[in-house]
Amino acid sequence: MAEEVKLFRTWSSGYALRIVWALKLKGIEYETIFEDLTNKSPSLLQYNPIHGKVPVLVHDGKPVCESLVILEYVDETWKHNPLLPQDPYEKSMARFWANFGDDKLMKSIWQLFIAREKDQDVAAVEALENLKLVEEQLKGKKFFHGETIGYLDLAFGWFADFVSILEEIMSLKLVDGERFPHLSSWIQHFMDAPVIRDCWPPRDKMIIKYQVMREKYLAAATPK
Amino acid sequence: MAGDKVVVLGTYVSMFSMRAQVALNEKGIEYEKKEEDLANKSPLFLEMNPVHKKIPVLIHNGKPVCESLIIVQYIDEVWHDKNPLLPSDPYQRAQARFWADFVDKKVYDCGRRIWATKGEEKEAAKKEFIGIMKTLEGELGNKPYFGGEDFGYVDVALIPFYCWFHAYENFGNFKTETECPKLVEWAKRCMQRESVSKSLADPHKIYEFVVSLKKKLGIE
Repeated sequence: MAEEVKLFRTWSSGYALRIVWALKLKGIEYETIFEDLTNKSPSLLQYNPIHGKVPVLVHDGKPVCESLVILEYVDETWKHNPLLPQDPYEKSMARFWANFGDDKLMKSIWQLFIAREKDQDVAAVEALENLKLVEEQLKGKKFFHGETIGYLDLAFGWFADFVSILEEIMSLKLVDGERFPHLSSWIQHFMDAPVIRDCWPPRDKMIIKYQVMREKYLAAATPK
Repeated sequence: MAGDKVVVLGTYVSMFSMRAQVALNEKGIEYEKKEEDLANKSPLFLEMNPVHKKIPVLIHNGKPVCESLIIVQYIDEVWHDKNPLLPSDPYQRAQARFWADFVDKKVYDCGRRIWATKGEEKEAAKKEFIGIMKTLEGELGNKPYFGGEDFGYVDVALIPFYCWFHAYENFGNFKTETECPKLVEWAKRCMQRESVSKSLADPHKIYEFVVSLKKKLGIE
């Protein structure tokens, strides 16, 4: 049965990358539609009228929105190479930490990224506390999922890339191997894993994009 | 499953605690509800949710599950043989998860702004709240429940906010029933289920709670 799978994304969205990885890990053929979020296509607005955001997965004409919802949909529709654990308790833990990554971790890392120099120490405290919690989750495991990549690894994927971008732009070491041995190890394994490594957006473009964004935030924060 | 020990750490007023209770009641599971004093958190609570220190927490045979929608999904998966809350079709499940996530992203914060702000900010919050309710009403359509013929996941996610409507309406000076009659019809239909009516707080007590909270926070 020929299936039609489309993915609306942007070149840089870490959320969309989750779905790219999931589809590739499952060997699902799909069509990519790149969106310019400053000029959203009528299709995107039709498929995601509530939020107007990417990613949107359209499967045989039916849209699914919100990346973590899409991940579970992909896992439930194409059951081979399962991404989520089978056990309900393990599943609830994976969902919890994915939410933590999106809510607490991302926000605290972003706050550090856009902090003025004098505010960086304070911003770093929360980011480091959150990193410690994530570090704990990796003890005894190569990936969050275990020996192989799963839902939670894909959910944290944005982090693997963004950390190195932040470190380069800010000239600081956030995830050092001494304080965060498991997280450092995970980053290395994940960045270089088959399928995962073929999908990263171009690094030089990312550096420029985030540098520009950071400058805008710092300029806006500076009292006139 | 015989011999299950289920505890819900929550508070009387929390719509998020209520979600866990509604789900457990729907499944006919016996559980102990422990009321947490958030100003004076118990050692058990801090041990069970060290990351967020928030309620609700479901403790199933000693193992904690946190975050209300994650708890509801867990309950649905463990006690899957009775009153399924999520549909079995992956696309329907994705829609249900999307709308529950929408409720999570929008309703609480907006509702809070209605009673916690004044003047233009309050008016804006009220308008936004009505807009959100209208969107949900649109999604409900002519179905008896968000889940279709059967009470389901999105219904569980949203219905606890119903006991907060009286407080929102009083502080915002509007009536949800006027703005979204079908939604209120849906809420009343849900309230006829014992699983729901046993779990939701008394709207007048919620109102009193908000009044005293505003005093405590110094919001007039």
